[in-house]
Amino acid sequence: MKRRVSTYVLLTAGLLVVIFPFAWTMLASFKPESEIRQNPPALLPADWTTSNYSGLFERMNMGTAFLNSAIIAIALVVANLLLCSMVGYAFAKLRFRFRNTLFGLVMVQMMVPAIVVMVPQFVLIAKMGLVNTFLGIVLPFVVAPLGIFMMRQFISDIPDELIQAARVDGAKEFRIFFSIVLPLCRPALATLGLITFMTSWNNFLWPAVVAQSEDMYTLPVALAIFSNAQATQYGLLIAGAVVVVAPILLLFLFLQRYFVQGIASTGLK
Amino acid sequence: MATTLERPALKQAAKPRLRKPRNSWVAWIFVLPFLVVFVVFWAGPLLAGLGMSFTDMRSTDVRDPLAVDVVGLENYLRLFNDELMRKAAFNTLIFVVTALPLTIALGLAAAVALNSGIARLPAAFFRLGYYTPYITSIIGIAVAWRFLLDPDAGPINQVLGWVGIDGPAWLSDENTALPVIIVMTAWRSFGFDMVVLLAALQGIPKELYEAADIDGAGRWQRFRSVTVPMLRPALLFCTVYSSIGFAQFMEEPLVMTKGGPAGATTSASLAIYNQFGAGAYGYAGAAATVLFTVIVALALLQFRIGRRS
Repeated sequence: MKRRVSTYVLLTAGLLVVIFPFAWTMLASFKPESEIRQNPPALLPADWTTSNYSGLFERMNMGTAFLNSAIIAIALVVANLLLCSMVGYAFAKLRFRFRNTLFGLVMVQMMVPAIVVMVPQFVLIAKMGLVNTFLGIVLPFVVAPLGIFMMRQFISDIPDELIQAARVDGAKEFRIFFSIVLPLCRPALATLGLITFMTSWNNFLWPAVVAQSEDMYTLPVALAIFSNAQATQYGLLIAGAVVVVAPILLLFLFLQRYFVQGIASTGLK
Repeated sequence: MATTLERPALKQAAKPRLRKPRNSWVAWIFVLPFLVVFVVFWAGPLLAGLGMSFTDMRSTDVRDPLAVDVVGLENYLRLFNDELMRKAAFNTLIFVVTALPLTIALGLAAAVALNSGIARLPAAFFRLGYYTPYITSIIGIAVAWRFLLDPDAGPINQVLGWVGIDGPAWLSDENTALPVIIVMTAWRSFGFDMVVLLAALQGIPKELYEAADIDGAGRWQRFRSVTVPMLRPALLFCTVYSSIGFAQFMEEPLVMTKGGPAGATTSASLAIYNQFGAGAYGYAGAAATVLFTVIVALALLQFRIGRRS
């Protein structure tokens, strides 16, 4: 019993340490600039204000960046849900030559670091005339290898008999996919959608390379550039950090089951 | 990690004619999206980057990439004599070999604590909390930490001041900048390892612990001779996965220190990113090729070691 109590104490202490940077930053973002710098510091703002947020949206086009991030994330979610499940279906249930070789390539792509292919990818996008466009930011990620992997795992568990029965009834492969397989994939699609949204929302490197003008910046890009330019405007900066972090945090709080499931199921198989 | 499961032969034999002829060309339509994106945006650039690394290509050559001059191994030779690149490689090495064990140790400690008879609801609550930093934007987190560590405005040095400690200027001091980023990374990433290791812990059969109990094993002995060996595959996965990720770190120094002070936090990826920004595409390509080779070698080596022991 004593041991259990000490475990709880340790876990709680750890939790406080983990949560502290979030909590402090969020509360500080509602303090006026003078109060942010005041010593001794206080956890709660004495004088609650949203001026940091309004300043942020006036000064650095945060509204546009927010919208850009949302458009890109939603586009990638839609594309990945459709394409990853199509490809995953082929790997799980269809038989064709080079299937295993091709699946090996999926794993290869998963291993390729973004920084390694960044320069030639950029040259390619430039050749296609897609620099500073949404399409340029989105295209390399429309069918993520992790998503293919997840969907293949999930679709493998759908009984073959179901698909065979539809084939016997004369259904075409596309109809089987859309009207039998896809509806059964709902739980996996929820997880994939969330993970895709999160990855896209947090992605920095590629959007930073492709977006060249302020009206194309995504949130992390706008924040990084602002942070390098205005090193000590903490009121605006941390409000920016909260705007980047909060949407994912909220999604996670409400839908954490799907996040954790995704990690656990893809991680270990 | 991924083993392709073949269907049992019996099932296939039952309806062979139905499956084969119809599927094969349709299947290619289904995998086409992946094939196109892979060839155009990943395999192509990977090979192009390799080719580029033997040329003097610059940003001004984008319009006509084939008109660049081949310079052989010059970029690679320059790389090894470049003071900043050597420093970046060294920093990356330090970063990986310290952040990796730190992250895994924290993740393991959290997983073991959560698996030690904690009630379900609080366990879920702790797991949620510990996992939070992992899913949020590194850029956002880096900005927040830079604020927390600010020598004047940040609460950390203010609190240290209460107990009479004159906190350092964490991020502009050559001795503390990289360690701070290492600690921040462990803080951010251990939740992932925790989830993976917790799932593995829950899969260990209870009988093994009972057997160890009968043999008179103490708590620590049980941990060492039952838990750790049973966790080996999960630990291997965490090690490989995290070291691949850590070897590419760049957002943290980009936002927190811009690679400074005096290059103390410049990582390999950040150096490549900066070379790209400066327009030296060929040189950046050479550095990227070296980084990729090291990462692949590292992953293979870890699998080797993990399998053997």
